[in-house]
Amino acid sequence: MAKVFAFAEQRGGEIRSAAREAVTAAAKVAGGLGTEVKALVVGGPGAASSAGELGRFGAAGIEVVEHEALSDYQPEAYARVVAGRVRAGDYGVVVLPATTLGRDLAPRVAALLDVPLAGDVTELDVVDGALTVIRPVYSGKAFAQVRVDAAPALVSIRPNVFQPTDAPGAGIVEVVATEVETSWARTRVVERKAAEGGALDVSEATIIVSGGRGMKDPSNWPLLEALRDAIGDGVALGASRAVVDAGWRPHGEQVGQTGKTVAPKLYVAVGISGAIQHLAGMRTSGTIVAINKDPDAPIFNVADYGIIGDLFEVVPRLTDAVAALRASG
Amino acid sequence: MTLDVIVCVKRVPDTETRIRIDEASAAMDPTGVKFIMSPYDEYAVEAALRTKEAAGAGEVGLLTFGEESSQETLRSGLAMGADRATLLIGHPTQDGLVTAKALAAELAGADTPLVLFGVKAADDDQQQVGPMTATLLDRPCVTGVTSFELAGDAVLCHREVEGGVEVVEVELPAVLTITKGTYDPRYASLKGIMAAKKKPLETKPAAAGASRIVVERLSYPPARAPGRIVGEGPEAAAELVRLLREEAKVL
Ligand SMILES: Cc1cc2nc3c(=O)[nH]c(=O)nc-3n(C[C@H](O)[C@H](O)[C@H](O)COP(=O)(O)OP(=O)(O)OC[C@H]3O[C@@H](n4cnc5c(N)ncnc54)[C@H](O)[C@@H]3O)c2cc1C
Ligand SMILES: Nc1ncnc2c1ncn2[C@@H]1O[C@H](COP(=O)(O)O)[C@@H](O)[C@H]1O
Repeated sequence: MAKVFAFAEQRGGEIRSAAREAVTAAAKVAGGLGTEVKALVVGGPGAASSAGELGRFGAAGIEVVEHEALSDYQPEAYARVVAGRVRAGDYGVVVLPATTLGRDLAPRVAALLDVPLAGDVTELDVVDGALTVIRPVYSGKAFAQVRVDAAPALVSIRPNVFQPTDAPGAGIVEVVATEVETSWARTRVVERKAAEGGALDVSEATIIVSGGRGMKDPSNWPLLEALRDAIGDGVALGASRAVVDAGWRPHGEQVGQTGKTVAPKLYVAVGISGAIQHLAGMRTSGTIVAINKDPDAPIFNVADYGIIGDLFEVVPRLTDAVAALRASG
Repeated sequence: MTLDVIVCVKRVPDTETRIRIDEASAAMDPTGVKFIMSPYDEYAVEAALRTKEAAGAGEVGLLTFGEESSQETLRSGLAMGADRATLLIGHPTQDGLVTAKALAAELAGADTPLVLFGVKAADDDQQQVGPMTATLLDRPCVTGVTSFELAGDAVLCHREVEGGVEVVEVELPAVLTITKGTYDPRYASLKGIMAAKKKPLETKPAAAGASRIVVERLSYPPARAPGRIVGEGPEAAAELVRLLREEAKVL
């Protein structure tokens, strides 16, 4: 029986949550097909060190390809390595993450293998032995249930949707010797600038506190920063396009149709009206909270919890209440 | 340095459009829907036009794979200032590899040093056609580019990555996918619209295979359980935190 392949993203030798999610999703499919999961970790020397943990989420085997030339993500080289490992095994389904890296990598792997790719899927199921997936389309205004008529069937999964679940597999790590030619790398990173204060990216956050035009002025952002800090780790600041266009916040924070698509477990929209293009980027979030002074703001139509009121009064109180909760453990 | 640029653009429903689903065909019902050039593709067209203007020479071509109706999309790009356009006739599909093969077949013969894509199309949201086409052409590709500069035979691309920005250098010929950044698209002037009518627009059949992504069903997103207004004003904050903790279990 053809196995299920999971691309396990790492950075600097550290397994990322996208990797655990990919293995979790792959294990679900493998369960339905009655087969097992093989994960692949690609990176620089030492990439194998933490690969074993993927066994916990259902990987029977974990292949590791380590090479100096693969320390940092290298699109063309990574694509060749991944396509090569997929070809070397017998796989019915290949799962990659729809992270920034995965969205760059997956289409290249698909083209090298000459198979189609269902991108950014939010559900995976096996029906009568065949894989069907759900993909949000038209910016989340419709859901397409699609069948991928190819072997292997490639899918990339939306981050934060497939919560890592304990499902112990054998987790046998195997370092695979692979030829990597330096000429494969065709782009060169000449400069890298970390986000201000090493801030967490919206696409990686499990909780997002997002501000819109209702914030009135960029100098009011410490209000949201205080809320973020009170909540704790894994929280990122997001923004509507209105505030990005005004130059109040960097585009990296923009959520929506022309920004990022996110699915955190909690999304807090502060002074955001909830335009269709904003909803496009966040409507698959777990729980949505809206704080807006306009009771008719469309954001309330998708919010699980809303407070109607002046954000300048509500947010500080919210921060205090969260801090009190944290203090009480 | 002069350089010809080709931009791949797609016709999509206006992002404001309410999508109506035709259950029988598992497709969107196009009746009464306004169509536009996909927003990221507009950024890419703007980037190409600025590249040409900075050099004072070169040609900007547009390329699309779609039905006859896509002529309208191409004309709007010509009205912005592109010089010529090609429509490869075929049925748009969610299978980006079909699209990529059709585009690559055309681009392989064109020998254009710089090919731009939008980072994703606003209908299928696949985010794949650019890097797929580049891979088929065996050209390097930089995705999610917010701005770029030509530097001799190379291009310096600024791109957003998780947790920061990168500057990536790539040699020509290259493929870039453009995201929102510095290229706010210009509006077509009346003069541009008039001129566009006379610019060359070539139509030919696409070299496209069968789609291997089969849409079985198209449905409305599951309605979110009706939300609740916790309260009005700052007094509601404490109750909200309690609900997030005890009911939603997210704090
Ligand atoms: C092609 C296209 C792509 C787009 N892409 C995106 C995208 O990716 N992301 C995106 O966000 N938008 C996008 N937009 C823009 C979108 O249509 C909206 O214009 C934008 O989302 C509005 O941002 P906002 O909610 O911050 O501002 P507004 O719509 O101005 O809303 C501000 C809100 O703040 C509330 N408010 C004001 N003062 C207070 C206060 N003191 N207390 C509490 N509430 C207050 C108001 O009631 C209002 O609801 C796109 C548009 C187009 C055409
Ligand atoms: N039918 C098409 N014709 C021309 N270009 C396309 C087509 N479909 C997608 N593209 C290009 O590929 C980009 C990404 O599309 P997608 O992978 O479908 O999200 C778009 O922004 C366009 O630049």
